[in-house]
Amino acid sequence: MAEAVPAGSQDPHGGHGHHEQSFWSKYVFSTDHKMIAMQYMFTGMAMGMIGAFMAYAFRMQLAFPGMEVPLYGLVSPANYNSLVTNHGTIMIFWVAMPVLLAGFGNFLIPLMIGCDDMVFPRINRLSYQIFLLSAIVLLASFFVPGGAFGGAWTAYPPLSSEAQYSLTPMGSSFWVVAVALEFVAFLMGGINFVTTAMNSRAPGMKMYDIPIVVWMIVIASILFMASVGPLIAGAIMLFFDQNLGTAFYDPSRGGDPILWQHLFWFFGHPEVYVVLLPALGVTAEIIPVFARKKFFAYKTVLYTVFATGVLSFTVWAHHQFIAGIDPRMANIFTVTTLLISVPIAEMCFVYIATLWGGSITLSTPMLWALAFVAEFLIGGVTGIFLGASGADIYMHDTYFVLAHFHYTFYPIAIVGTFAGFTFWFPKMFGRMMDDRLGKIHFWGSIIPFNCIFIPLFVLGMAGQHRRIFDFNAYPDLALPWMQHTREFVTIALLVMLAFQLVFFYNVWKSLRKGEKASKNPWKSNTLEWTTESPPGHGNWAELPTVYRGPYEYSVPDREEDYWPQNQPS
Amino acid sequence: MTDLEQGQSPLPMAAQRRGDRAVDSRVLGMLIFVASETMFFAGLVSGFTIVKSGAMVWPPPGQPRLPIEETAFNTAALLASGVLLFLARRAFSRDRTRCSQLLIAAIGLGAFFVIFQGVEWLQLIHFGLTLTSSTLGSFFYLIVGIHALHAVIAIALMLRIWLRMRRGWLAEGQFAAVAVFWYFVVGLWPILYLRVYL
Ligand SMILES: [Cu+2]
Repeated sequence: MAEAVPAGSQDPHGGHGHHEQSFWSKYVFSTDHKMIAMQYMFTGMAMGMIGAFMAYAFRMQLAFPGMEVPLYGLVSPANYNSLVTNHGTIMIFWVAMPVLLAGFGNFLIPLMIGCDDMVFPRINRLSYQIFLLSAIVLLASFFVPGGAFGGAWTAYPPLSSEAQYSLTPMGSSFWVVAVALEFVAFLMGGINFVTTAMNSRAPGMKMYDIPIVVWMIVIASILFMASVGPLIAGAIMLFFDQNLGTAFYDPSRGGDPILWQHLFWFFGHPEVYVVLLPALGVTAEIIPVFARKKFFAYKTVLYTVFATGVLSFTVWAHHQFIAGIDPRMANIFTVTTLLISVPIAEMCFVYIATLWGGSITLSTPMLWALAFVAEFLIGGVTGIFLGASGADIYMHDTYFVLAHFHYTFYPIAIVGTFAGFTFWFPKMFGRMMDDRLGKIHFWGSIIPFNCIFIPLFVLGMAGQHRRIFDFNAYPDLALPWMQHTREFVTIALLVMLAFQLVFFYNVWKSLRKGEKASKNPWKSNTLEWTTESPPGHGNWAELPTVYRGPYEYSVPDREEDYWPQNQPS
Repeated sequence: MTDLEQGQSPLPMAAQRRGDRAVDSRVLGMLIFVASETMFFAGLVSGFTIVKSGAMVWPPPGQPRLPIEETAFNTAALLASGVLLFLARRAFSRDRTRCSQLLIAAIGLGAFFVIFQGVEWLQLIHFGLTLTSSTLGSFFYLIVGIHALHAVIAIALMLRIWLRMRRGWLAEGQFAAVAVFWYFVVGLWPILYLRVYL
């Protein structure tokens, strides 16, 4: 992957940083925010491939029960459980978080606010190192006696706390330790993001001149840091229960298993917004550029996001409607849950309003951005069914739930990532991506995605339960049409995975032979496009000054249809 | 928060831009950290409250009563340490010798608090309250232990500040950031005392 990394040493400017760096200090122990961003992004993508491989293995088992899965082998019930568990864990904590929050956050925040690095570069480096360690611990759990944890990514006790139920005495502990380490890493990153965005902006950049994606990443970091504390507390208690014989979650000895659910979901729901907001931000940067229009209602969006952030702390018990909570409580959480769909719906309308009347170019990043809005809308709308406690009691733990959250997380983690990656690729690596291959990859990912998850809504409403390894054991769920649907879904997944090869080929080819990128290939306004592609060490020879907001496109009476933030007039 | 000490490579501009901002970056970073720590302890304490309110009898049968009076005294010692640190901060710009004396006194009282607690723990274990003897024991050692761990880390940081001050290397922002952390440890304790002991 060495050639895939922007060269920090190609410093186009004199002055500072002209010392020869060894391979280790340049690529591995770098404190440069751009390098740390690449480390996060490529680790996240590698983990994404592992998570996708897991999905492949258990989807094959579901479509063709008892089959020897090519490249994997026979999927045993225990394997199946640890595959689905770690697929979820990896995709959320080791893919969505590192790529969207840490990857884009590290790359974009200093470049978009016009400074040369994070405020605490060494804490930033430590953050990545702890993150890498956490990933290694999680992957190592597959090789310990008993195998990897299989009690679902939500890790409810007693499945997670007692080895006699989970049958993974060490795997469960590795899982908790990995998750806790990962949170520490993101805590450090979050402190850096917020402090840098507050204290190191370019002269002239006022609060409302900050690009939306920076705002989104900062607010996401704040949400993360505010919600993660209780879960770390819960994780410590879980670890104690597993290894030291305490009974925090054991009702037979005075503990309370529901306590974990509260601590987990108090974090777990805001976590959705922690990854959603960066993806919304990425889209918010792309849409005005390719619609050549000012972003619609910048301030309103910010206020909306603040409100969403606050609301997101009041909805967590909608995950526990069938956990025995008081129905009156359930009513309250139903109301807050339905309320929170209002600001997100508003956001979708804002994006559509930004597009309205613009001169739209359907380039690859724009396609991804539009697909994000469209697909996330389906995820949001189906969430309303689940937010209503009455409907949720029927839908709970079915494939309807599963399809719903994949319609939120796939747009976030996959579509949002590809949108941002293809948009900033020229800035990251100094070369343009192949647009035609990009579009093939786009359609090859989006069409199969819908073919996977729309049928799963149907299966879910037909009562298909989530945690079943082989449906042949349940005649009601093994009807021919259901089995055919499962096969169709798995084949769609295979098609989607195959199309990812186009992406990797495109990256490989563009890095070698792609057209050299200019400073500002998309004619964009934000500061990262005012420096070299890729930016050298220190980002700018002279740090920029800001004169206006980030979305001044197609301003009347100007010769050019864009107006970079750093241009005096 | 020791990025200012970077010797080998030049400081990022990000760090140098600190001066003209309302809050020093190290202090701001520490404040954010302390805010998430507050949520962490809130999680622990609310877990304890839930389990306690769900119990038939409290304290669980056969468990000793927690040392309320002794700990009240110890709480006063910790609060006094916080006040001393506050005075040391005020003396920082005017009188370094006095500042240094006040700081070491604050550290001493902090260390006293931790040691006193250790002695208490030994007695409680002797009376049959252990990590696994009941949910009271589990929560008690977990919450109080994690607080003590914070206190030990804070004391180590203050010692480091004290050494740096004697050598004349101390930046105002560093002192302020460590002070924020100690105020957090001190200010948190009375709440834990009220929730866990009483
Ligand atoms: Cu939720």
